[in-house]
Amino acid sequence: MKLLLNGEAVEVEAATLADLLERTGFGGAKVATAVNGNFVAAPARAAHVLAPDDRVEVLAPMQGG
Amino acid sequence: MRDFYGTTLANGLMLGTAQYPSPAILADAFARSTASVATVSLRRESGRNRGGQDFWKLVQGLGVHILPNTAGCHSVKEAVTTAHMAREVFDTKWIKLEVIGEEDTLQPDVFGLVEAARILSEDGFQVFPYTTEDLVVADKLLQAGCEVLMPWGAPIGSGLGLNNLFGLRAMRAHFPDVPLVIDAGLGLPSQAAQAMEMGFDAVLLNTAVAKAGDPAAMAAAFAMAVSAGQLAHTADPMEPRDMAAPSTPVIGKAFLE
Repeated sequence: MKLLLNGEAVEVEAATLADLLERTGFGGAKVATAVNGNFVAAPARAAHVLAPDDRVEVLAPMQGG
Repeated sequence: MRDFYGTTLANGLMLGTAQYPSPAILADAFARSTASVATVSLRRESGRNRGGQDFWKLVQGLGVHILPNTAGCHSVKEAVTTAHMAREVFDTKWIKLEVIGEEDTLQPDVFGLVEAARILSEDGFQVFPYTTEDLVVADKLLQAGCEVLMPWGAPIGSGLGLNNLFGLRAMRAHFPDVPLVIDAGLGLPSQAAQAMEMGFDAVLLNTAVAKAGDPAAMAAAFAMAVSAGQLAHTADPMEPRDMAAPSTPVIGKAFLE
């Protein structure tokens, strides 16, 4: 399935958001997620089914002012 | 010092975590600053190098309150969604709410700011809004549920100091019970001292320390300035006057003509 992950096109077989995170190196990481501009809380990731062309954002703590 | 949503801070220095030459210098600067709050953000993480994870460990080790921001957000939806993501990651209700309205000055879109502040306050967030010194906007933010206001000193990263002394004095006088933080625009410790002398509760700065030639030394200088300004304010400064008033007693002066 083709997705946009953090702005980059990726081809990945992942049924849910939780699957996607595991398959793309985010397993166990301190991150927050959004799909198509909407926040998806961590407990909801396993039930969140992805669709082709979904825009997935995976954000982590970064420097800020 | 007024408290911030029920939290009393050890001092009035809030320090950003961006733009330091290295993580070690960031940690050193925080140690020298004795800052009570660190601002942080959320950005895209890479599944390969997972740089955010190391940064998170570093921030946790600073031993300060964490204030996540919505920096770079230009719409209410973007800011609200970022706030929700930040609340989950940083496990705090605090959010430094930025809704940017203009690219050259990075001044807030105050209309979007008030709307986002209302949505987030209703959702249980404790909002620290980055705003201007406009009293009407300030009042709307309070009505929206904010219990802290953060007027800018000058445009973010400019180092110009307190750009509108009249407006900031008026704001302090108009909201005597509201915790007020000067956020953005400070470039020198003397400007931080000035803000604290005027009765502001805290200053929030980043670039002035991170971009100094010696960030740790500058952090220490800001710590002293904030402390001096705060003490001076509580010491009740004299009123300025236009004409001279001799400080040495006139009575008893010898006649030596």
